[in-house]
Amino acid sequence: MVDTVLQVEGLTRTFDVSKPWLNRVLERDHKQFLTAVDNVTFGIERGETFALVGESGSGKSTIAKLIVGLLKPSRGTIAFDGQPMSFESGTAMRNLRRRFQMIFQDPFASLNPRWRVGEIIAEPIRTFGLASGADVHREVARLLEVVGLSATDAGKFPHEFSGGQRQRIAIARALSSKPEFIVCDEPTSALDVSVQAQILNLMRDLQDEFGLTYLLISHDLSVVRHMANRIGVLYLGRIVEVADSKRLFTDPQHPYTRMLLDAVPDLALSGRRRTPVTGEIPNPINPPSGCTFHPRCPHVMDICRGDPPAQTPTATGAAACYLLTEPVGS
Amino acid sequence: MAEIPLLSVRNLVVEFPSRRGTLRAIDDVSFDIAEGEVLGMVGESGAGKSLTGAAIIGLLEPPGRIAGGEILLRGERIDNLAAEPMRRIRGKRIGMVFQDPLTSLNPLYTVAEQLIETIRTHISCTERVARERAIALLDRVGIPAARRRIDDYPHHFSGGMRQRVVIALALAAEPDLVIADEPTTALDVSVQAQIIDVLKEICAERGASVMLITHDMGVIAETADRVAVLYAGRLAEIGPVRDVIQAAEHPYTQGLMGSIPTLTQTDTRLVQIPGSMPRLDAIPKGCPFNPRCPHVMDRCRHDRPVLIARGSKREVACWLYEAVREEVHHG
Repeated sequence: MVDTVLQVEGLTRTFDVSKPWLNRVLERDHKQFLTAVDNVTFGIERGETFALVGESGSGKSTIAKLIVGLLKPSRGTIAFDGQPMSFESGTAMRNLRRRFQMIFQDPFASLNPRWRVGEIIAEPIRTFGLASGADVHREVARLLEVVGLSATDAGKFPHEFSGGQRQRIAIARALSSKPEFIVCDEPTSALDVSVQAQILNLMRDLQDEFGLTYLLISHDLSVVRHMANRIGVLYLGRIVEVADSKRLFTDPQHPYTRMLLDAVPDLALSGRRRTPVTGEIPNPINPPSGCTFHPRCPHVMDICRGDPPAQTPTATGAAACYLLTEPVGS
Repeated sequence: MAEIPLLSVRNLVVEFPSRRGTLRAIDDVSFDIAEGEVLGMVGESGAGKSLTGAAIIGLLEPPGRIAGGEILLRGERIDNLAAEPMRRIRGKRIGMVFQDPLTSLNPLYTVAEQLIETIRTHISCTERVARERAIALLDRVGIPAARRRIDDYPHHFSGGMRQRVVIALALAAEPDLVIADEPTTALDVSVQAQIIDVLKEICAERGASVMLITHDMGVIAETADRVAVLYAGRLAEIGPVRDVIQAAEHPYTQGLMGSIPTLTQTDTRLVQIPGSMPRLDAIPKGCPFNPRCPHVMDRCRHDRPVLIARGSKREVACWLYEAVREEVHHG
């Protein structure tokens, strides 16, 4: 039986990016909206790592913020463990909140510089009433050791640590409320490769130890390949393809996925001839009609400019491309 | 007579005087770049790769200064030049591409004005000729409708297009050497591949050498002929790209290569180098990598390893290979 932890259904978020009212009146401009996330649907099973990968402007961080409740969806639903999430405060929501946490990209910005590390980690423990008195300190010490730091680090300030160590502190803080599900938004993009390896290994160990479920958001295909069981590829706010991690890399279905894979520098020096990538991501305020990838797509057909393609099931997932449904050459 | 390399860096030392003593950010780094060669310079943050580039073009931020060694461009010293002759070398003989295209372009001038100014500073020609040259350059770096877009301001261009303009600017005076410092770090992967291709092609076409500074081994693998690996301001290993990537010899390079997740590997654990790179005020005695090295020997804690030649093209700063050499010698 499939045990779904998180189910996202038709999630959409638009931002008002209009000029100020007076400018609009004087310049006779209309209101402008940017659809950062457009009708996104996916589910995450317990214990797996689901990754969302995409380039800048693909809406991956917006999805992360929507899931943890830092932003309100414009349309669509998010259900955690079968319970729909509301964005009002309340006891039920509070209990639900404890069970998911987030790790941010920049460990220099996500830790309060005026707080000692011990206080940073203890805050969720106290807020959710998971321990009190001396137990809090014991728990903080234990968490610091779990992430590979020492218990005495609790008395230090964040600036005394390197980037990698700070990310460990952020992970300890995320773990302190005993969550089941962690949203990791580019957890290693600000780190050097050797430190990235330490953090990725730590994330895996913690997953095995505590049975965590991860939503990993990244622009780095090799990180995603290394960490994820299933991958969703985003382009301009839409999921263009979802597949098993292995399958996605050996047998990509959507032309955009293929292009993205081709663009990854080749460390194996196989001398493979890559198809030249063309064009850049269009402006999301004025996205192209139909399939938003059509101006860059090598297989573009007339139908692609009409309505956006629906998700078509593939061997291990789904892809939104007319190549999969329309007879080629028609 | 041996051929004079285009650029030769000999025993370069860069220091930062500070209240708590002098910090050595680059310590005895030597390498050559041959005519038409692409040399990759790789290392993690704080390894000194950007500083090496800045020292070569004479743009070290004070109080940083070159405290020793020499830099030779076609056999002539350029590290001790006065500001004005150095300024003429920058742009004319050495072009630069930086990480952030928005800060390398002046937002108040159109792309045409900036390109024409650069061309006319270094090459005597009329404004009209310079403009035609500029259009041809923009066209070559892949800017669509270059003739029309040349009069746009930098903010009219996307990130990838701006980096193309910066490449055009760096190549405007036909330099012998282009120093590219993290040219693709601010860009998305699909755009990164385009920019690497443009840089590589256009430099090959004009016979310009490239010093490519990056933290990304993948970019080096795709672009460079040789690669120099820096650690804590010192050269750990230098050699042909294929050798270094496929059979790294320095334990640091080995760890670095193993820590990079790849698309083809299965679900193995990444190699993990314990600890992190030392701060400049706490570089260990002997080999700077010794506290993190899995093969550390007693000698590594006292004696700083020298670069040991491995074959004709490769050098490694590690005592492990000295031992091998001695054994061979005695046997």
